[in-house]
Amino acid sequence: MDDLRELYQTTILDHNKKPRNFRVPDSANHEADGFNPLCGDKVTVYVQVKDGEVSDVGFQGSGCAISTASASMMTEAIKGKPVADALALFDSFHELVTSPALDEPDAEGVGKLTVFAGVREFPMRVKCATLAWHTLKSALEDSDETAKTE
Amino acid sequence: MSFDPYAIRNDFPILERTNRGKPLVYLDTAASAQKPRAVIDAISEFYESHYANIHRGVYELSERATRMHDDAREKVAAFLGAAESREIVFTRNATESINLVAASWGRQNLGAGDEILITTLEHHANIVPWQLLCEEKNAHLRVVPINDAGELDMDAFESLLSDRTRLVAASHVSNALGTINPVREIISIAHERGIPVLLDGAQAVPRFAVDVQELGCDFYVFSGHKLYGPSGVGILYGRAELLESMPVYQSGGDMIETVSFEKSTFKSAPYKFEAGTPDIAGAIGLGAAIQYLSGLGMDEIERHEMELTAYGTKLLEAIPEVRLIGTAAKKTGVLSFVVDGIHPHDLGTILDMEGIAIRAGHHCAQPLMERFDVPATARASLGLYNIPEDLDHLGEGLHKAIEMFR
Repeated sequence: MDDLRELYQTTILDHNKKPRNFRVPDSANHEADGFNPLCGDKVTVYVQVKDGEVSDVGFQGSGCAISTASASMMTEAIKGKPVADALALFDSFHELVTSPALDEPDAEGVGKLTVFAGVREFPMRVKCATLAWHTLKSALEDSDETAKTE
Repeated sequence: MSFDPYAIRNDFPILERTNRGKPLVYLDTAASAQKPRAVIDAISEFYESHYANIHRGVYELSERATRMHDDAREKVAAFLGAAESREIVFTRNATESINLVAASWGRQNLGAGDEILITTLEHHANIVPWQLLCEEKNAHLRVVPINDAGELDMDAFESLLSDRTRLVAASHVSNALGTINPVREIISIAHERGIPVLLDGAQAVPRFAVDVQELGCDFYVFSGHKLYGPSGVGILYGRAELLESMPVYQSGGDMIETVSFEKSTFKSAPYKFEAGTPDIAGAIGLGAAIQYLSGLGMDEIERHEMELTAYGTKLLEAIPEVRLIGTAAKKTGVLSFVVDGIHPHDLGTILDMEGIAIRAGHHCAQPLMERFDVPATARASLGLYNIPEDLDHLGEGLHKAIEMFR
């Protein structure tokens, strides 16, 4: 069960049960849809960008605990951050969930998001963890295409 | 010899292996069946002692390989109760078999305004080829609805048949729910109106005896890998006169009679549908699988899996958080379900850590998931080597998952 607890940390289970910012911000000026065709996870990310900063962010959708918690914690992590920092955080997060398991996760860079380090042990679940982030990127880039994790 | 699943497990080397360090509990046979030693050995022996290309060599080895390949076709014909072995076409899998019928028979027989009737229970393999054909021909795809138990609405089936219906394509057993469809009734109603019927038997042939002549179907398809045989080989059964009347599918070597730069002529069925060097070892492995299953007895396998299905149903029904999807009166081999508050993919991962292999997802049946208003289900599916203890493990794993997500 140790690997399992490593994957389903209490924080992740909590965010799955009570997702934060699970709403459509009235003032959103960017949005995008994300879809994981493999498992049917769907997410829509809404962002309000003001003066180059993510001033508000919310999401809607349905998915597994990993993808729901990832979306929820992403909204908390990027709120109030400059857009460039939010995108840079995606890069760090991506590395966290895909880099070889032996390396110590870089807690400095991703903060609370280190709870997702366990995903590295489950290659099939990496897409669950990154779906919301791919979608965020699409939203910030105003892409009309549905974000995919492929 | 009575059917003893505990002894039979020794025929399957992989069942001695572990999954995530735990003894493997394999509950994903509907996705693909594990292989008995007899199949593995037949393939190795063929490569070690008899391998050459077929239908070409004048030397003994090639003649032997050709004979073994022919023999596999005979075995499939006998297994399905076909009148003649020329009614058996080797393909890559059930999907390719359906594509062959759509591309060949479909293009020849479908016109603008015509209709093809399928069901809500179909695997994508029995939806998309017809959808593309209909788009190409300006024809219409009609779909038989199901009830909440996952059974076909046979009144709707009858009323959906029209004078424009050119084909009925239906699964024999649903891959996502396990429903056994009333195919005799489907065939008899369709035939009264002169409409041919294709049955997707991918989930049926591994579970009970199928006799295509007794059923009276016009086409029947299945995959070798779901019948405890190798992946890469599938079967299309077609009534001889239908196959003979159909234009070629893929073309190239082995399926021709003569070739010139002006015109080529083709062999008769089934060879005209088998372009290029086929999966020779795959066909031989499939023959070995059929021989193995026949030795055990399909009726015994059917009884065993029915009992296990009933056992698993009861076990899952006893867990309050579990909701079974697909509760047809006649079903076999498949237990599809959702658990309150736990996404099927999380379940799949948690069970995986317990050594239990199940499928989580839409089971290549997205329209069916939509019908039940679920994004996905967890599916435990049974094979002849499963034992009640496998299902007990599943139940324990589910309790752990429920506890964890509470």
